[in-house]
Amino acid sequence: MAAVHDHDIAHAHDHHPTGLMRWLTTTNHKDIGSMYLWFSFLMFLTGGVMALTIRAELFQPGLQIVNPEFFNQLTTMHGLVMVFGAIMPAFVGFANWQIPMMIGAPDMAFARMNNWSFWLLPPAALLLLTSFFVPGGAAAGGWTFYPPLSVQMGMGMDMAIFAIHIMGASSIMGSINIITTILNMRAPGMTLMKMPMFVWTWLITAYLLVLVMPVLAGVVTMLLFDRHFDTNFFNAAGGGDPVMFQHIFWFFGHPEVYIMILPSFGIVSEVIPAFARKPLFGYSSMVYATASIAILSCIVWAHHMFTAGMPVTGQLFFMYGTMLIAVPTGVKVFNWTATMWRGSMTFETPMLFAIGFVFLFTIGGFSGVVCAIVPIDIQVQDTYYVIAHFHYVLVSGSLFGIFAGAYYWLPKWTGHMYDETLGKWHFWLSMVFFNLTFFVQHFLGLAGMPRRIPDYALQFADFNAISSIGAFGFGLSQLVFLAVVLKSIRGGAKAPAKPWEGASSLEWTLPSPAPYHSFETPPVIR
Amino acid sequence: MNQIQSNALVMRKLLVFTVVMFGFGFALVPFYEKICEVTGLNNLLQADALEASVEVDTGRWVTVQLDANIRNLPWTFKPLESSVRVHPGELIQVMYEVRNTSDREISGQAIPSYSPQLLGKYLKKLECFCFSKQVLKPNEIRQMPVQFMIEPDFPGDYGTVTISYTFFEIGNSVADTGSDVEKS
Repeated sequence: MAAVHDHDIAHAHDHHPTGLMRWLTTTNHKDIGSMYLWFSFLMFLTGGVMALTIRAELFQPGLQIVNPEFFNQLTTMHGLVMVFGAIMPAFVGFANWQIPMMIGAPDMAFARMNNWSFWLLPPAALLLLTSFFVPGGAAAGGWTFYPPLSVQMGMGMDMAIFAIHIMGASSIMGSINIITTILNMRAPGMTLMKMPMFVWTWLITAYLLVLVMPVLAGVVTMLLFDRHFDTNFFNAAGGGDPVMFQHIFWFFGHPEVYIMILPSFGIVSEVIPAFARKPLFGYSSMVYATASIAILSCIVWAHHMFTAGMPVTGQLFFMYGTMLIAVPTGVKVFNWTATMWRGSMTFETPMLFAIGFVFLFTIGGFSGVVCAIVPIDIQVQDTYYVIAHFHYVLVSGSLFGIFAGAYYWLPKWTGHMYDETLGKWHFWLSMVFFNLTFFVQHFLGLAGMPRRIPDYALQFADFNAISSIGAFGFGLSQLVFLAVVLKSIRGGAKAPAKPWEGASSLEWTLPSPAPYHSFETPPVIR
Repeated sequence: MNQIQSNALVMRKLLVFTVVMFGFGFALVPFYEKICEVTGLNNLLQADALEASVEVDTGRWVTVQLDANIRNLPWTFKPLESSVRVHPGELIQVMYEVRNTSDREISGQAIPSYSPQLLGKYLKKLECFCFSKQVLKPNEIRQMPVQFMIEPDFPGDYGTVTISYTFFEIGNSVADTGSDVEKS
């Protein structure tokens, strides 16, 4: 894509406040993007420490380090922190940095609302984390907070509910901003079907968010009412139904898992063509596949509840619906592979993470198809097989996508090339330790080890020890990433405007680092 | 229309959509109950119809244990016999007795539970105190029948089954959920 625009407009009016006030009051999409990314990295480390405590406890059978109540709080909070604190804000950070630059817009549509969407997150995170210290401790009924447990719990549950309300509001505002920016602020000549894939996946993700986040807000509100205002939405004694909670929750929850993977699809669809030096294979089929995945994701929720009690007709409907999603997902994997086919590939860190993503996400996709089969799901429900499945799609899927994007765009963000050697170390350590941690959990699950239990039978000991070693290795490897980012911010080789030979989208026409204000005069897309 | 106006228009539409979806979450509650009613799932409060001719399987016995529980209620609740022996296909009536030990009027609703769970499919109840709420005056004692039949095609590998009832207090708030309890 070729673009014409003014380089380096001098900004005499650049008199924004400095210090803390700059970050509190900023309306600049790049500042806000950076804050989102740092926030999510902090949450990633926080959730990671919880995960490592869980793995430390599970290193050996028996109870060694934490008591069962605290263990339950850890599994619950690890899930909530990673989903709402780490993965989702990271993608919004990418959206903030990249979408305006990729569509040739000067900033996000609603700059002040953008600031507010971000600053809602730290109080919400604080609510979640301080709930560990209130009487009764943090919420401990699993991140899906099924009643009746969640109705009976202490005030930690209320704090989690409020945190979800706030984070939901933040996501909805962020999505409204992103949709408006993409629909209204594209540079002249950039039609919808000329947009980079990353922008497309975020447009669809944002629509999913405004579709399902309000439903989550609704269902946790019902929970709050059941807890404090004597309603009986989920209380069987009063004529309510706890299974109904699961239906409404997963009506949100299943689209949510695609909210956490579609932007990664977008990032990988940018990175692979750049390093294969070929345009993305089947661009329009990619767009339609993404949209089909989003639509299908709204009608398959009950595959999370095959054991909750459902007529066979229902089970069959949700089973076939779920398996149908493998078709558009297969289209995407095929297109990524076809993009690499006969490309002049080089293997810099972003490409390594992208290929790692395609490889490992596909494994997670396959185990997903296995879980979709009703008779098998009844066996593996709530076992470590499910844990292995969703960590393959969330860690080696979403998170590897985030890493690929971070390495890919770091030169544009900081103006310096990152340390390629350290980056490669980060990739290979993550790759090895990730598989060490989670591959063996498939075996544990198939052998019947249940999730969310701090102790286990002796025959599971070896695989658990391996998994724990892997987890600590994986956790420590992420410090390499921190080192790479800090090093790239402080200095390093000066990055050219377009450090990647095969990259083609608009942001690479800007100098590196990207100027504080970019595309104030829209570029013209030829 | 300039940029700011058209942005505001998109935002308004999306905000309306968000509010509608928030309402949709709540609309799922009556929708769920309607689905359960139409498909006959979760049908705890309606009597089953008795088919014209059911052949009694006199070749085997099933022992039905009767269980009674109360949950946070100042009541006592017990079956008059702790178990009965029935032939599959045989219609039988058992009695439960409930007593309000407090000095206020209390409404309670009994929720059934079966063991094995499978029994629910084969148990036909013609009459049960659990089909409606029970209102007991202070110190009132009431004997209440359950009339039921286990269908003859109940699997033969179960010699003993349990029918259990738990009484819960229902307050005024029950109506909030639009639940069937109040309607019946």
